[in-house]
Amino acid sequence: MPVRERERLQLERLRRAVKTAYDNVPFFRKKFTEAKLGPEDIRTLKDITRIPFTTKADLREGYPFGMFAVPRREIVEVHTSSGTTGKPVVTGYTRGDIDLWSEVMARCLTMAGATEEDTIQNCYGYGMFTGGMGVHYGAQRIGATVVPISAGNTKRQLEIMLDFGTTVITCTPSYALYLAEVAEEEGISTKKIKLKAGCFGAEMWSERIREQIEKRFNILALNIYGLTEIIGPGVAHECPEKTGIHIFEDHFYAEVISPETLEPLPEGEQGELVLTTLTREATPMLRFRTRDVTALRREVCKCGRTLVKMERIKGRTDDMLKIRGVMVFPYKIEKALLEIKGIEPHYQIIVTRPQQLDEIEVQVEMSREVFSDEVRRIEELKKNIEKHIERSVGIRVRVTLVEPKTLPRSEGKAKRVIDKREL
Amino acid sequence: MDKVMQISIFAENKLGKMEKVTKVLSDSKVNILAISITSTNGFGILKFMVDQPELALEVLKKDGFTVSLTEVIAVEMNDRPGGLHEVVSVLAQNNINIENASVYVAESRERAYLLVEVKDIDNAKRLLENADLKFYSRG
Repeated sequence: MPVRERERLQLERLRRAVKTAYDNVPFFRKKFTEAKLGPEDIRTLKDITRIPFTTKADLREGYPFGMFAVPRREIVEVHTSSGTTGKPVVTGYTRGDIDLWSEVMARCLTMAGATEEDTIQNCYGYGMFTGGMGVHYGAQRIGATVVPISAGNTKRQLEIMLDFGTTVITCTPSYALYLAEVAEEEGISTKKIKLKAGCFGAEMWSERIREQIEKRFNILALNIYGLTEIIGPGVAHECPEKTGIHIFEDHFYAEVISPETLEPLPEGEQGELVLTTLTREATPMLRFRTRDVTALRREVCKCGRTLVKMERIKGRTDDMLKIRGVMVFPYKIEKALLEIKGIEPHYQIIVTRPQQLDEIEVQVEMSREVFSDEVRRIEELKKNIEKHIERSVGIRVRVTLVEPKTLPRSEGKAKRVIDKREL
Repeated sequence: MDKVMQISIFAENKLGKMEKVTKVLSDSKVNILAISITSTNGFGILKFMVDQPELALEVLKKDGFTVSLTEVIAVEMNDRPGGLHEVVSVLAQNNINIENASVYVAESRERAYLLVEVKDIDNAKRLLENADLKFYSRG
């Protein structure tokens, strides 16, 4: 889509979205009034920066239905966030929203190469979580066969995968690795599995984990991005070029801001992703601070799409650890860790403050590949990991090697950081 | 001369680790002949000389342990003052460093063997042989 045409469409939709939100959601009206702003003040796309931010805390205050912009009778479905960090956030859908959700999710699955010929094993949880239903609607829209297996029961997942000839899988990246592990344990050759692609998301992962998944299953592993507050999965998806995640900006307007100054950042700079829904009906969202750290890039992709691309999520602004005064993103530790040959992507970061100083312990699972029967060699390995992390992240950590398969595996979001400090 | 294989297991320095390893071996009727443990803060390596090293390797692997099998030299020591010295001096004189060692007392209790791990195993064996030292054999 040509830039001007896209911008014209976005502006037209933005103005309508702002008006709807202002007219129907007291929360937004109050925010606008406080900022001495009216919907008519939004005349250009740039004017979006005048709109106050919406935070997760704001949404919690509106629990359960305070953010709805339509009468209850028009709501056909509700979902909530997991609520792991407090009261859940409720998102509502009108028939039109479900239609939108199906459309954007269909785009995601299509990017992964899925067609009506495919069988999609949907291991995202069905229920209040948006993952299951989102993929489901998208799969139905393209006419693929959807296996609504939901999360868990790993052996059965593998059995179904073999028996049904699943070609596309949707789950968290850590669950994909766990599936590969169990397949190996059960003596199932991944060659017998017909998978060709997977849409992985709902948690942070790295290029190394992508390589592992792609190698173990011999598939194309792509990033899917979304969040309950906006619509669920389907905000953005990666194309097979793997050079960024295309945001469906005809429906979701993206900005990146500095989490400190809250000022918009230029293209290519890392900061917090802020999203505005342009076409949502039930729960429109204006300038929602996602807390996800990424950078935007606007270039015509080799795949031909002109949609803006975001980098894979690099961290959460609330995961940012302040260690001895230095800002540290756990993903950087992961990245450093996985650059060392033979190290498995299973690790845990534990932050403590034994005396006045913060200490980071990184627990890493020993693998057969790097095991030596000489204590000296293992000590060397440990020191190498410590040095490598210090060089690339800039902080000193203590590495502890633990036995294989002793760190918790998760079927949902992997918990990588345990902060035991009493701050 | 029989090849003597030793099993090495990575273990965190935690309560009950040894118990778990020995249970696996015991359940598979593997007999432990000699044992050595090296530990540092945090982790350790358990080393066993067993009667069925291949089986031990297999069952431990299956149980998720990180294990490896390495060859060691089992040299007979004379049961008198200077017995150990005789063996190690052959190695020392030839600049061979002992990476790790443990002792195995044969069932008959008449003989004791020093199990040594060195880098160049063939060379060390030849030197020990030339010094008229005897090796362990199952026979």
